Amino acid sequence: MTRFLARRTAMLVATMLVASFAIYGALYVSPGSPLSALTGNRPLPPEAKAQLEARYHLNEPFLVRYWHWLVSALHGDLGESIPLHENVSTLIGQRVGVTAGLVLLTSVIIVIAGVGLGILGALGKGLVDNGVLLASTVSAALPSFAAAVVLQFVVAVKLGWLPALGTGHGFADSLRHLLLPALALAATSVALVTRVTRAAVREETGREHVQTAVSRGLPWPSVVRRHVLRNAAIPITTVVGITIASLIALSAVVETAFGLNGLGAYLVQAAQNKDVAVVQGISLVLVLAFVLTNMLVDIAYAVLDPRLTLGGRAA
Amino acid sequence: MSVLTLDIVTRRRRRSGLGVLGWTSLAVVAVAVLLAIVGPVLRPFDPNLADLSFANVGAYGSHVLGFDGQGRDLLSRLMAGARTTLTGAAFVALVAIVAGSLIAVVTAWFGGVVDAFAAAVLDVLFAFPGILLAVVAAAILGPGLLSAGLALAVAYIPYVTRVLRGAALKERAMTYVAALEVQGFSAWRLCLRHLLPNISALIIAQGTIMFGFAMVDLAAISFLGLGVQSPQADWGVMISDGKSGLLQGYPLESLSAAVCIVAVVSAVTFLGERLEARAKESRR
Repeated sequence: MTRFLARRTAMLVATMLVASFAIYGALYVSPGSPLSALTGNRPLPPEAKAQLEARYHLNEPFLVRYWHWLVSALHGDLGESIPLHENVSTLIGQRVGVTAGLVLLTSVIIVIAGVGLGILGALGKGLVDNGVLLASTVSAALPSFAAAVVLQFVVAVKLGWLPALGTGHGFADSLRHLLLPALALAATSVALVTRVTRAAVREETGREHVQTAVSRGLPWPSVVRRHVLRNAAIPITTVVGITIASLIALSAVVETAFGLNGLGAYLVQAAQNKDVAVVQGISLVLVLAFVLTNMLVDIAYAVLDPRLTLGGRAA
Repeated sequence: MSVLTLDIVTRRRRRSGLGVLGWTSLAVVAVAVLLAIVGPVLRPFDPNLADLSFANVGAYGSHVLGFDGQGRDLLSRLMAGARTTLTGAAFVALVAIVAGSLIAVVTAWFGGVVDAFAAAVLDVLFAFPGILLAVVAAAILGPGLLSAGLALAVAYIPYVTRVLRGAALKERAMTYVAALEVQGFSAWRLCLRHLLPNISALIIAQGTIMFGFAMVDLAAISFLGLGVQSPQADWGVMISDGKSGLLQGYPLESLSAAVCIVAVVSAVTFLGERLEARAKESRR
């Protein structure tokens, strides 16, 4: 297990190193000076330009700047947003809570609804199973932005049950504001998890060891819990992990749709304003979250099925 | 983007015939493609002609679906949007498929260092979700369909390559390839005339599935304001344009565009999964 963890961590560090270089490099070569946001494309007197360039380290060679950026990023400092005169880490800190809350709430919905419906569909017969299949087929085809406008119109505008826009204040109010965005974000993933769970549970129920357990006279609920679900847990964990990782980038869409003050929506704004430091900082944080989630899935995988630990899964 | 193709579900389906769902999907796709090609001839009004005094007015005379938030004919905009939306998705799918097949065949053919290097590069690329890559591309190249489309295509390459590389490897190991190699056929000729055609069914299936993903992701990026730019008609842009109307109780612009996207994407994905199941079955 230790060797597996060490290998997986080394892979993570390597990926992040290359990714950080790609993020920094790509925005470095982008046309237009970072100062133009500040000056509005007016020509600057040479002294002022030199002074600004020195202040933001724009006059140093690329690799030196990348190195500075990386080292301070490791210390939690992601540089300064030139148009906003604010530290990127502070800007991220103000917004990371909303995004984390959104992804967390969505994950809870996905796990409870997806796994629950999947088990229901696999063990239920006729009408129940068909209902689950129909619901998952419809919601699988609903992209987050489409789910967002439908929910906004039906639940917020027509029924007036939940707010349509905004972040809210305090815990209960924030939760109320996050509920619709989380549902919109969960729609596709719930369907995916439901379908995989249903297939996995159904496959396990038909296996010999389950029939043996039944013929030994064990009560059905405990057979399901101890023999079916434990074996079905591996594909379910994989699909849950993959879908949760994909939420991290998709949160930008839902945050924009619902006017949430989160990281993703802010990244989109920064991209429109060419606020390079903010785009670099948030991209780095999102990629890190994505890669970390994938690593956690791999670890969960190894815990659930010890046979896989030693060789390690093909990366 | 969700990458799991649900072959657990699809594999059990009967092989023969398209079934009701299949024919419906085919009809939806055919209508959408037809609209994209001949839409400009058919559409009743100029999709960009705005008259604010008609903003959000419902069905009225020959304006079957009524008007959008800026008083433009909604049906005409939906028809004009079909062309933008489908062309964008086709561009993404084509680039991803061509690049993916090329990488898959080359790495399968040479193996060794080439394969390991490509695998390492693709692994890093896996760490960038498509939407994130597109947002960063918009920051670099400026917002627009081209930068969004290129970014998405790049983000899809690892997924396409992973599937095709497996098939190409299997094909590479076949005795007929070794036989042709011994007879002195060049690698070029072997790859182009034998290897690629033999995995073409899988390539087409992957292309169809990627087309569905691309439609969703491109619409999401246009919805964010970083893809196709308003006032050009595009289904993703229309969902975003219609949002202020939606909050005031006029949902038709957003919802009609959303329905178009959902219908076409479901149809394309259904057909793609069927094609993939069939391609895999015949390879077994």
